[in-house]
Amino acid sequence: MSISGNQREVLRHSSAQLPVTIFAGMREIWAHKFRSLLTMLGIILGVSSLVSMSALVSGMEKGAREALIAIGGLEKVRVEPQALPPEQRHLADQAPGITMNDVLALESSAPLVTALSPEMRLSATLSANGKRYRPWICTGVWPVALDMYEHVIAHGRMFNEIDDEMARNVCVIGTATRDELWGSPEKAGREIIPIGETVFINDTPFTIIGMFQHYESEQERKIREYEKQQGALNQKAPEGGVTRDRGRGGRGRSRGGFVFALKNATVYLPMNTVWMKFRSGAAFTGAGGSSPFGGSGSGGSVGDPRLSGLEIRLASFDQLAESLQQARNVLMNTHKGIEDFSFRTQEDWAEQINMFVRNARLSGGLIAGISLLVGGIGIMNIMLASISERVREIGIRKSVGASTGDIFVQILVESLVIAVLGGLAGLVASFGLVNLLGSMSPTENAPVVTVGAMIVAFSFSVLVGIMAGIFPAIKAARLNPIQALRYE
Amino acid sequence: MPLVELRNVSKIYHLGEEEIRALDDVSLDIEPGEFISIIGPSGSGKSTLMHILGCLDSPSKGTIRLDGMMIQDASSRELASIRNRKIGFVFQFFNLLPKLTVLQNVELPMIYSGVSGRERTRRAMQALESVDMANRARHRPSQLSGGQQQRAAIARALVNDPKIVFADEPTGNLDSHTGETILQLFRSLSQQGRTIVLVTHDPEIAAVTPRRIEIRDGKIATRVDTTLAGLDRLRGPESGMVQSS
Repeated sequence: MSISGNQREVLRHSSAQLPVTIFAGMREIWAHKFRSLLTMLGIILGVSSLVSMSALVSGMEKGAREALIAIGGLEKVRVEPQALPPEQRHLADQAPGITMNDVLALESSAPLVTALSPEMRLSATLSANGKRYRPWICTGVWPVALDMYEHVIAHGRMFNEIDDEMARNVCVIGTATRDELWGSPEKAGREIIPIGETVFINDTPFTIIGMFQHYESEQERKIREYEKQQGALNQKAPEGGVTRDRGRGGRGRSRGGFVFALKNATVYLPMNTVWMKFRSGAAFTGAGGSSPFGGSGSGGSVGDPRLSGLEIRLASFDQLAESLQQARNVLMNTHKGIEDFSFRTQEDWAEQINMFVRNARLSGGLIAGISLLVGGIGIMNIMLASISERVREIGIRKSVGASTGDIFVQILVESLVIAVLGGLAGLVASFGLVNLLGSMSPTENAPVVTVGAMIVAFSFSVLVGIMAGIFPAIKAARLNPIQALRYE
Repeated sequence: MPLVELRNVSKIYHLGEEEIRALDDVSLDIEPGEFISIIGPSGSGKSTLMHILGCLDSPSKGTIRLDGMMIQDASSRELASIRNRKIGFVFQFFNLLPKLTVLQNVELPMIYSGVSGRERTRRAMQALESVDMANRARHRPSQLSGGQQQRAAIARALVNDPKIVFADEPTGNLDSHTGETILQLFRSLSQQGRTIVLVTHDPEIAAVTPRRIEIRDGKIATRVDTTLAGLDRLRGPESGMVQSS
């Protein structure tokens, strides 16, 4: 004998060629079109809900970030009056509150604070043109407030230092005031610019010298332009149908929309004017109900104008802690150690946005993930049914030389093909679903379909396909060829 | 050297307490180019013998040498590879895959041996021509008669140029005339030097082969049973056995 008894040639068995196997999988799916479609539907729904959920959250996130930028970004910090800590309660009558004195001290001694915008809030009622209107914000400010709050003058001009110094009766209004007192452009059918008009603020006449642009989120703008277009198409639109008001209805829903509404409902007066003309009426105590900000305690010397709030801008966000410490040191000095102020940063809001996004992603992802999982169970179910129909086929394949691995790969590929096709269809379907959701609930934040979400959803569907295929593939691969060939 | 060398092969099944010897200490040689039939009533163990010879099953005891390799302890992967390259099967119920065309069915073994697409088609057509089925290559099995299906199955068995072909009741599902033509086909294959093992319960069919092995109760009863009817009627020329090596 030329070959010893135990010597055994280990035959290298080339596995089935993948293209052929994939093609066979496609054919198998095509042979059971309806069944495969139903199976795929689970994956399609899972993938599309994952993508559209992520799109909705991304849309909200984008809206929130837009709003964050609209109010001046993260470098902006608000100094607010605050109740004294317990150990200082007995000093409450000596608490000075935030005053012009603080502004001057910060200006000269806190180099990390690059801009200061003191505010003197007024609880005001505006009247003109026979109508009355209470703006959300009516504040005496320095001209610097324009930059601080990212306001843009669309018509006329902002009052300047001289107006402030002279305590002139001038004001700059937002579009909401114009809309309320003179009518919105949509209703009138033309732009109304009430520059030069006189408006009575708490019965004192003021000249409007400037008007801000109309603030809105991108989504609101799109809706408005769309409706404008529609309005242009059917000239005789039913009265009052096309206005921004529709958008405003949704503004209260999220903080993002609220920011834009707040900016539009703003009236700025020169700080000195408010101090001279409305000293008694200035809302130091937060009176006036509409004010969302707190006021400081009453009292204080008349000579040192007390502010309702102070907005400061820091050199950079990276030095937030250092800058705040510096400002704090200065204020502790001017306040004689009485801690009746606090800093409110936008960091909290940014953190809030992040947290919201994280939570929404997590919960939405979980639900969509479960639906993908259910889709995977559907695939597994159909693959198990499929192999029990094809026991004989598996036997035949094994008899002509298919190895356990070949059969395993074949079944796995079939399951994978279903999942991949379902995943691709799901990606296509997700665009439709996003549009559907967008039209069903027109929030101000349009859903944003991200490539990342699509990649994640698709790879998850592939993963599900593999997971679902493994068990049926093992079951098929382990079939005994003799019994499989006898199977009827 | 024999192509197949069975030594003291047993296949034992356990049914609860009972021990069933499907094959009991069988020794057998098959020379290259031989045309041989294994006969026996159902339950005799002839199918078990064929499964072990055909590498579909492993023996409980004993050794098998196939084409110089000891395969009694081979893994299922190795057995699959041996089935793929060295063995062809022809079954009673043809066992063609109904969803594939005749050509694709014949290509199937080559898919598992990694033959490239073009070469696969070429060789499959060649095999179909050799059984006179080339003109039916694009048909589905369901569009063919039984005899045509069996010829396609024979083409599939031959396409990887196996060392040995097992035919398990190849005429069992055909009318007698068609069965006759299939047996003729096997005879002519044998004359071309193929090693063919015919498994049947029918002595008349077994009569076409020069050598017959009868299995009874798991043992080889008679090497050559001369009492069988029509022994010499269909006997092919012995020369076919000699020319292959």
